[in-house]
Amino acid sequence: MSDVKSKKMKKIALFLPFLVFALLAGVFFSQLGKDTQYMPSALIGKQLPEFSLVNLETNKVMNKEDLGEEGFLINFWGTWCPACSFEHDYLMELASQGVNIVGIDYKDETQEAIKWLKEKGDPYSVVLLDELGNFGVDMGVTGAPETFVVNGQGEITYRHQGIVNEEVWQTMKGYLK
Amino acid sequence: MKIIRFIGIAVLAFLSLSLSAEAEKVLNFKSDIDQIRYHDLISELRCPKCQNQNLADSNAQIAIDLRTHVYDMVNDGTSDTEILAYMVARYGEFVLYSPRKSGVNFILWYGPFIILGVGLLGFILVIRSNAKRRNKRAKD
Repeated sequence: MSDVKSKKMKKIALFLPFLVFALLAGVFFSQLGKDTQYMPSALIGKQLPEFSLVNLETNKVMNKEDLGEEGFLINFWGTWCPACSFEHDYLMELASQGVNIVGIDYKDETQEAIKWLKEKGDPYSVVLLDELGNFGVDMGVTGAPETFVVNGQGEITYRHQGIVNEEVWQTMKGYLK
Repeated sequence: MKIIRFIGIAVLAFLSLSLSAEAEKVLNFKSDIDQIRYHDLISELRCPKCQNQNLADSNAQIAIDLRTHVYDMVNDGTSDTEILAYMVARYGEFVLYSPRKSGVNFILWYGPFIILGVGLLGFILVIRSNAKRRNKRAKD
């Protein structure tokens, strides 16, 4: 009786390598086709970092406290960034729907930025200048455009790298509350 | 022959000197240790934009910026641990080329050794039971 059992056990043991292989193959297969450029933000769930940046319009220094208490978007852009120009139209549409978008003019020339906003329209409730990109580093930005969602509690809840469009906005919207 | 080899070595040594001098012309450090720390840090930190390069190798704008940040912090006397913590707080553990060995990473770092240990244990058990059986047979 025990002989039969041990024989069965041996048969199962023979299949162990195959089972391990199948498990590994499953893990690797599930990773296929993932966006390799995607990097989760380290700031999700954290408070918006402190900053003092100059307001493009008024030339006055603004802090985190000046951004209001309702949820808003923070959009990093620059006139040097071609994708930002593609994104601009959709930001205009969002602004017309009443979405509060804070613009960070990231590593840019102020004069160019003023010209850009005059020509293309200004979707931002306020534009802050981050000429050296220091605030960008504090936010863990890797380039432009990049958009963060800050909720009513001043918490960063979502980050999107690249162009914001209708599809992205549908996911983003939920994180504003 | 010896002379030719000597000249060859001298030329190589001179070339490598002038090359490294070229690369570091712009950066001044307070001490040699700071310089070594800076180079260690930027080769250990991963560029968040171009993910298969470290900060030292990458020419992405963000890598250049982050190098400047590391340089400033090294010059300000910030410790290595603090600099790494600064980077992790902003870009996540992702930026560390040698990730911390806690949490899920524990399995990645030590898992193979644990499996090796289990395998070794199994191996010993099998050998022992075989030896026992053989002894028994010999006695019979």
